[in-house]
Amino acid sequence: MQVQTHVDINSEWGIVAARQAGRKLAREIGFGSVDQARITTAISELARNIYLYANQGQIKIEEVADSNKRGMKIIASDEGPGIRDVRRVMEDGFTTSGGLGAGLPGVKRLMDEFDIDSELDSGTVITAVKWLR
Amino acid sequence: MRIPILKLHDYLLISVQVDLDDQTALQFQEDVLEKIHEEGSRGVVIDLTSVEMIDSFIAKVLGDVVDMSNLMGARVVLTGIQPAVAITLIDMGIALDEVPTALDLEQGLERLQLELEG
Ligand SMILES: Nc1ncnc2c1ncn2[C@@H]1O[C@H](COP(=O)(O)OP(=O)(O)OP(=O)(O)O)[C@@H](O)[C@H]1O
Ligand SMILES: [Mg+2]
Repeated sequence: MQVQTHVDINSEWGIVAARQAGRKLAREIGFGSVDQARITTAISELARNIYLYANQGQIKIEEVADSNKRGMKIIASDEGPGIRDVRRVMEDGFTTSGGLGAGLPGVKRLMDEFDIDSELDSGTVITAVKWLR
Repeated sequence: MRIPILKLHDYLLISVQVDLDDQTALQFQEDVLEKIHEEGSRGVVIDLTSVEMIDSFIAKVLGDVVDMSNLMGARVVLTGIQPAVAITLIDMGIALDEVPTALDLEQGLERLQLELEG
């Protein structure tokens, strides 16, 4: 059975709800405690970015499988302002909000696959996958 | 939600037992500074044994608490960071390398005592 859940992000509570749902699914899929922490942290970063920069959006989490491996996918989507320079936001320390600028480059390192699809004035979809080892 | 802050002689002891949402984290920052001021505390131990996740926002809040407390004249030691949390922070590129740490509350207190009493 493939599990899929989504959490609406439109307040700070959505960030907490998304990472709790993420930890629960990661545990159910069979990830160990370190990967559970990585996945939960990645979800927290993506959810906070949605809340901060797009006001609202959605985090979808699901179990994924291909022929020889299983894992978990996070899809963070919003219809916010979009990202002008995708390369720039992937630099450690780049921030437009006085943060650490650690979020997106961090998520990329925490997860196994990472992709940003963003269009100015129409929104951003970030997809990340962690495979079970 | 408020995180309880205990006073022990010149020190403050705080054990974070909840999944920190942003509001609670910021309230916590303010409460620690207020309490240092009120009590004239010289040292603070923040125990993170029960914390299962530290993201960039919470890391920034913790780092800021350390810097702000230093400005006020109090030393802060973070204790009990879980292995999974330490690994995740390093993956994220957040080293918190100027922040004093110790394995547990007891060693945190010892470290404060050493630093303060020399
Ligand atoms: N969903 C989004 N929509 C629009 N812009 C975004 C989105 N997510 C990130 N950004 C932009 O990318 C920049 C970098 O994001 P990143 O998460 O790496 O750092 P940060 O949020 O600024 O700080 P930190 O995450 O360390 O607290 C942000 O400052 C913001 O300008
Ligand atoms: Mg961010």
